[in-house]
Amino acid sequence: MTAVDAGRPPAPAEAEPARRRAPSRRRAGPAGYLFVSGYAVLLLAFGVFPTVYAVYLAFTNDRGQFTGPNQFVKVVQDYRFGPSFANIAIYLAMWLFLVVVLTVLVAVLLRSGVRPGLSAVLRFAYYIPGALAGVAGVLVWLFLLNPTVSPVGPLLRWFGFETFSQVIAPADLPVIFVLIAFWTGAGGWIVVMYGALNNIPDEVLEAAKIDGAGMWQSAWHIQIPMIRKWIAYMAILAFAGGTQLFVEPQLLRTASLGRIDPTWSPNQLAYVYAFQHGDFNGAAAISLVLLVLGLLCAGLLVTRSGLFKTEDK
Amino acid sequence: MNKSYLSLATAAIGAVVILSGCASATQSTPSADTASAFKPVAQDESSAITVWTDSTRLDAVKAYQKANPGVPMNVVTFDGSADGSTYLQTKVQLFDRTNEGWPDVVFAAPTDLTWATQPTAPNEVPFAAPLDESLVPKATLDGFAKGSLDPCQFGGHTYCLRNDIAQVMLWYNKKLMDQWGYTVPKTWQDYQALGEKVGKEHPGYLVGTIGDTNSNESYFWSSQCPANQLVKPDTLLVNLQDPKCTRMATLLDALLKAKTMSTQGFFSQGFDGSKVLMANGPSWYGQYLFKGAFKTPAGQISATGPLTWEGESTAYTGNVGGGTWMVSAHSKNLKAATALTTWLTTSDANLANAPTYPAYSPGAKTWLANPANRSYYASDISPVFQAAADSVWTGWSNTKFSDQTPWSSAVLPALTAGKTLTETLPAWQQAITDLAKSMGYTVTDK
Repeated sequence: MTAVDAGRPPAPAEAEPARRRAPSRRRAGPAGYLFVSGYAVLLLAFGVFPTVYAVYLAFTNDRGQFTGPNQFVKVVQDYRFGPSFANIAIYLAMWLFLVVVLTVLVAVLLRSGVRPGLSAVLRFAYYIPGALAGVAGVLVWLFLLNPTVSPVGPLLRWFGFETFSQVIAPADLPVIFVLIAFWTGAGGWIVVMYGALNNIPDEVLEAAKIDGAGMWQSAWHIQIPMIRKWIAYMAILAFAGGTQLFVEPQLLRTASLGRIDPTWSPNQLAYVYAFQHGDFNGAAAISLVLLVLGLLCAGLLVTRSGLFKTEDK
Repeated sequence: MNKSYLSLATAAIGAVVILSGCASATQSTPSADTASAFKPVAQDESSAITVWTDSTRLDAVKAYQKANPGVPMNVVTFDGSADGSTYLQTKVQLFDRTNEGWPDVVFAAPTDLTWATQPTAPNEVPFAAPLDESLVPKATLDGFAKGSLDPCQFGGHTYCLRNDIAQVMLWYNKKLMDQWGYTVPKTWQDYQALGEKVGKEHPGYLVGTIGDTNSNESYFWSSQCPANQLVKPDTLLVNLQDPKCTRMATLLDALLKAKTMSTQGFFSQGFDGSKVLMANGPSWYGQYLFKGAFKTPAGQISATGPLTWEGESTAYTGNVGGGTWMVSAHSKNLKAATALTTWLTTSDANLANAPTYPAYSPGAKTWLANPANRSYYASDISPVFQAAADSVWTGWSNTKFSDQTPWSSAVLPALTAGKTLTETLPAWQQAITDLAKSMGYTVTDK
C-alpha cells in the first residue's frame, strides 16, 4: 500500500452538507435575552466586576492613591516572582503538550480504531476522574504518591522513591502537577474532541478511505485539520486553567507538612500577598499579569486558528 | 488606521509616564500605640460568643460550655494555626474587609500575635484586644511562667494569654536504654557519642529526627543559634554561620551519617515508632508522640534534660509552639469572652487535665500533681518539665512569619535529596532573609 493521496488537499470545510442558512439578520426575541440573562448576571458579578476591581486595585495602593506601574514593579522585583513564574512555565509547557497531543490522539483512536461499544466504555472511564472535584482529585493523588500507602507502591520503589518526601522533591513537582491535571482534566477534553470528530461527515472520511488513506493519514490530513478550532479552544482554556494552578501545590504543601514552597505558583504568591502581607493591591497586580498572559495566548490562538470566523461573512 | 492606534498608545504611555509622580506601592505602616486607642464596641452581655479552637482544645471549651449553660456560645473547630497555617490570618483579613464575622475568642499560635496586634489596613482595628488594660487583672498575668507571655506583648501591652509551653527536653525509651546498658546523655556531646554508638550496635534505631516542620526549634533553638533574633522591633539578626549554629549542624550531620537521625517527620505517614530510642523535642511528645502516635506501652518512656554543651554551665532549650488564646477587639461580649479565656488558661479545673503543660505556673503545679499526667512514664518527669520550662532561650524571637516555613520548604527537601545540614545552612540563611525582608524586616547577620 502506498499513500496515493498524499498530495490531495484536505476536504475544505465548505464541503459539509449545505446547512440551512438562516437569514443573516434574525429578529431577536425576548427568549434569547432571557436565556442569556442568568449567565450574564453571574458573569458580571463573579467575572467582570472582580476583574475591574482588580484593575483598580493594581493601579492604586491601600490608601487609594494612584500608583501607576509601581505595584507591578514591586511584585516583579519580589524574590518569589521569578521562581513562581518559572515553575508555572515548565508546568504549562508539559501540560499543554500533553493535553493537546494525547487527548486528540486518544479521541482519534476512540473514533476510528476501537469498536463503538468499547469506545463508549473507555470514554466513560476517562471521564470519571474529571467528575471528582479538584480537591478530591488531589487527595486521591496524595495516596497514590505515598510509597507507604500507595496501591502502586512497588512501582514507586522501583523508581527509587522510598518515602513521600522523596517523591515530592522540588524537581518532581511540575511532573506531579501535570499528572494530576491530566488525570482530572483530560477525560472531559477527550469527550469533547470525540464529539468534534463525530461532526466530520462520514462522506468525507469514506472518500478518504476510497482514495487509500489509512487511519493515521485520514487523522493527520483530514480529521485534525477539521477540528483545528476545537483544538485551539481547548488550548486556550487549558492555558488559562494552567496558569491558575493553586489547589494542587497548596494541598500538597499541607499534606507534606510544609515541604513545598508556599509560593510555588503565581496564584499562591498572589494569595500570600493578599492574606499574609495584607497587600491586596500587590496581589491584584500579580493576577493582572496572569490575565494579560492568558489574553495574549488566547489572542494568538484565536487569530491563528480563525476560531471566531463564521461562515456568514 | 494602525498609525492612529499607535499614536494613541504612545499618548497613553506618555500620560502614564507623566503621572509617574505616582504614589508609592508600599503598604502603609500602621500607627504605633494602637492599644491606647482601643475602644470596645457597644457591649451586649447576652450576645453569643463565637469560639475558634483547635481540635485538641475542643474538649476544654465544651467542658466550659457544659458548666456554664447560661453563656451562649458557638464553637468552631479549625486548624489552630498548626504547621505554619495562615487560616486565621486569612479569615481576619477578609472579616476586616467585610466588617463582620470575627470570632470572639480564638486559639492561635504565637506568630499570629505579630499581625493580630497591628491593623490589617489603615482605619482597621487590630484584631486582638489588649487584655492588661481592664480585662484581666495584673495578678493573673503575673502568675504565668517567666517569659511565657513574651509573645503576647507588644508596645507594652499584653494581647493574649498563653495556653501552654512546649519546652524542649530529651525523651528516651528507658526500657531499651536499660536493656542495652546505655547511660542517659547529659550533654550534647554525650548525645552525639551515644547516637554514633547506636548506629553501630543497633542499626535501624533512631536517636531523633530533623524531618519535622519544627525540628529547627527542637535543635537549633536549644543550641542558641541566632536564626531569627529580633535585635530591634524591625531588625532581625540571622547568622547561621555563628558557631552556635554550626556546632549543631555538625552534630546533626554526624548523626545523619550514622543513620540514627532521620529526615522523615515523626508525624509522617508510616513512621515506625518502635525504632525510636531517643527524641529531642517538646513536652507534649510524651502524650502525643509516644503514647498517641507511636502507641508505646506505658512504663517505657522517660525524659531528661535539657542538655548542656560541654564547657557551658547553663542549659538552654527550645520551645515548639505552645498556643495562646486571644480575645477579639470586635467582640460584643468582652466579659464572657475574657471569662472563658481566663478559665481556659488559669483555672485548676481546666488545667489539671489539660492536654499539654500549662503556661500558668500554679496551673502547671496542679497539672504535674495529677497522676494521669505522670503515670504513663517510666520515671518521675516533673523535675525535667519544670527545669526545661525555666530554661527556654529567649533569643529566638516571635516574628511576623513562621520560622518553620524556611526550614520545611528550603532545608528539608535539600536534606531529603542527600545534602548535609552544614551544606544547606547558606540556603536556609537565604530563605529566612528573603522571607524576613518581604515581611518588612531589616536583616543583619551580625
